[in-house]
Amino acid sequence: MRDKQIEDLKDYKYGFSTDIESIKAPKGLNEDVIKFISNIKKEPKWLLDWRLKAFERLKVLKEPDWQKPKYPKIDYQDLYYYSAPKSFTDKPKSLDELDPKLLETYKKLGIPLQEQKRLNGIAVDAVFDSVSVATTFKETLTKQGIIFCSISEAVQKHPELVKKYLGTVIPLTDHFFATLNSAVFTDGSFVYIPPGVRCPMELSTYFRINASDTGQFERTLIIADKGSYVSYLEGCTAPMRDENQLHAANVELIALDDAEIKYSTVQNWYPGDKDGKGGIYNFVTKRGLCKGTNSKISWTQVETGSAITWKYPSCILKGDNSIGEFYSIAITNNHQKADTGTKMIHLGKNTKSKIISKGISAGFSDMTYRGLVDISPNATNSNNFTQCDSLLMGNKCGAHTVPYIKNKNADSNIAHEATTSKISEEQLHYCQQRGLNPEEAVGLIVNGFCKEVLQQLPMEFAVEAQKLVGISLEGSVG
Amino acid sequence: MEEQLKIDFEKNLKNLSYSDQEKNFKENNFKEFLKQGFPNRKLENWKFSDLNQIIKSNIGDLTFYNDYSKENQIDKIELLNELEHNKIIIVDGKIEKIDFEFEDKNKIEVLVEQSEETISNNINSLINLNNAFSNKFCKIIIKKNYILKKPLLIYHATNKDTQSKNTNSRIDFKLEENACLRLIDIFKDNSAKNFINIYYNFELDKSSILKNYKIDKTRNDNVKYSYNYIKQESNSISETFILSSGSKFFKNEINCDLKGQYSSAFVNGIFDLDDENHHEIKSNINHLVENTKSYQLVKSVLEKKSKAVYQGKIFVSSEAQKTDGYQLSNAILLSENSEFNAKPELEIYADDVKCSHGSSSGSLDENSIFYLMSRGLNYKEAKKLLINGFLLDVIEKITDEEIKNLIKSLLGVKE
Repeated sequence: MRDKQIEDLKDYKYGFSTDIESIKAPKGLNEDVIKFISNIKKEPKWLLDWRLKAFERLKVLKEPDWQKPKYPKIDYQDLYYYSAPKSFTDKPKSLDELDPKLLETYKKLGIPLQEQKRLNGIAVDAVFDSVSVATTFKETLTKQGIIFCSISEAVQKHPELVKKYLGTVIPLTDHFFATLNSAVFTDGSFVYIPPGVRCPMELSTYFRINASDTGQFERTLIIADKGSYVSYLEGCTAPMRDENQLHAANVELIALDDAEIKYSTVQNWYPGDKDGKGGIYNFVTKRGLCKGTNSKISWTQVETGSAITWKYPSCILKGDNSIGEFYSIAITNNHQKADTGTKMIHLGKNTKSKIISKGISAGFSDMTYRGLVDISPNATNSNNFTQCDSLLMGNKCGAHTVPYIKNKNADSNIAHEATTSKISEEQLHYCQQRGLNPEEAVGLIVNGFCKEVLQQLPMEFAVEAQKLVGISLEGSVG
Repeated sequence: MEEQLKIDFEKNLKNLSYSDQEKNFKENNFKEFLKQGFPNRKLENWKFSDLNQIIKSNIGDLTFYNDYSKENQIDKIELLNELEHNKIIIVDGKIEKIDFEFEDKNKIEVLVEQSEETISNNINSLINLNNAFSNKFCKIIIKKNYILKKPLLIYHATNKDTQSKNTNSRIDFKLEENACLRLIDIFKDNSAKNFINIYYNFELDKSSILKNYKIDKTRNDNVKYSYNYIKQESNSISETFILSSGSKFFKNEINCDLKGQYSSAFVNGIFDLDDENHHEIKSNINHLVENTKSYQLVKSVLEKKSKAVYQGKIFVSSEAQKTDGYQLSNAILLSENSEFNAKPELEIYADDVKCSHGSSSGSLDENSIFYLMSRGLNYKEAKKLLINGFLLDVIEKITDEEIKNLIKSLLGVKE
């Protein structure tokens, strides 16, 4: 009986795909496709020009190759850059008009779109393939002046805000994948919190890649105006497919004076099967700018999915007294690979940053923490604390730590610690003696190992994440 | 520069009598160097120190040809009188004198004919450069069970009117079973603005012990690079201590392959920098079998516009269970313009290991200064006392008493 349960759990819970007719842009990456995307989204000219400028830049950029997990060359001409459910060309006005099949998909995913939204009151913006499907709880938010909608809607309704902030944190001239995203991004979320407003609920996006051969290129832009606060959650899944799919999103956060943004991610993209076939390439650029004084940006991530995870959510601490935080749990099993970490760039005076990273690798997987702490000469009296711990299960996997530490200011302090070890036999023995089976014992110890990070997640997510940690490691013991 | 390189290389080949095998070896290395050139910041290992740039701004155009047929005057070189020692004197890259005056001559063999090249040629382009231009091959073998009575001092000297802007030297060492060697490197820089490239290749047989102390203390304007390749068999111990202080630029690279069980490697270093000096230590400890151990400790005191870089890497292969690896770096920044960069790296493929690293950098602790001043010391004295204690930690790691005292007196550190 238990064996069967484990068997069920081992399989990827979100590995279904939905048969919905979709509209796709012609395969390939060229100016026409970009114009097609821009046209179908009825974008103003400045945005099309912006995309084309990014495309020009992309032509001279080279794909980076310094990362630890190597992957077969991606043929960018063999991808669909736009894929939208067909019934979406005329956008539904309310949830009732949505394709019932879509709603069913989300129900399977367990996102609170319809009935659940009333229960736990999370405002959700769901991105299906490339198009934002529905945004719940709009009214409650509008009353406070909060704008939470898809980025295509924001381009239409709030062009001044989009124009002012888009690309200010991740410029057009950034690295290859970020620039690719700038050229072909399809949808994503847009959040604006007006001055002095504390967002009354957790905002949330759910990403899902459905169609095959599509890349998902969303762009998220969050602006917290003076003295505001927002907590934003992001979750991701994808159906099981044999081929690898590319996910290259850009996320830009901007915190003005005294504002705080908390961004949490639970990433559970399809990791590929036990032999490492298929799975998502998760090459995401996430960057936050603490623009104002006393601002704060906090990243929390639980990375359990994807064949390859390659991302470094970063903070640019520009405002004086600003704070950057990064909490991460990354779990790799089977043939998964991860190269993740953060960058803390201290520019303002009295800036503080904290990095807590927990990596767990099992099976044949490979995990790398790569981080940068850079204190510039002007960042007087700044502080950084970094701790990265790795746990290894078995001798077929690898755990690596590659921190870059640069201190150019004599009044600033940096402290960095890292350890690598395995679960101690004594702890396991103790737990088993008390009646737990080996897997439960490992689950318990791992959860304890991750606790510091799990605590940072909002309540609803923390429970899910804890379960996810357990599921990801099933079958890795004994 | 490529023109100059080619001309100098031709001269070098012509004027010295090399065997065909040696010629071949040199030519291959030279081709490889031409292909790669001097390392720059695009290479991961040189990210924090762009050697190409450093040579350009500090030296300008390099020349490479040294007339090794000419005798150098070695009497002028000031020898260290503090302790009795055996010596090797290298002037402008040429080994002028090998003298094991305190030792049993039967127990030490000096080879001058190059046999098969044992390690791969392509470590980096600077080793290629070294192999292409360095003078006659030299390998020193310490026989089984022989423990050298006195330490061996290697003087790296340059003449005031040295012919070329680049000197290369290489010595290979082999320590047979149970042998023990204490090796001290000392620099006598009479020239300014030279690029000095040193390459040591050590083979440590079972239970042998190597202690290598590199002392770069006197002020000079030279740019230096030193590479130690250490291959260790079971139960062998290697200890490397680097005092990095005097040169304009100095990068010390230590590569240690722990190939035998219960072998261990220790790398300790002090950066004591002033002015616009820029120094780096890069270590690569490869744990390749079970039950090996490594320990690294690097401390820096940085004044004025100086810059120190520490890149320490611990690699643990999947066979190397029960590895114990530790790495710690601390830095004190005393001036607004000083800079400390670190990249402590762990690459681990085995699960039953104990590996950790720590790194910290910052200013002197205000509270400690306050405490000392409240006890009657002035600011300068308080600062000195704290730095003294900070550096003493590393010096205490030196296992050889004689040399420990020598380094203490050089640094002006008291107990």
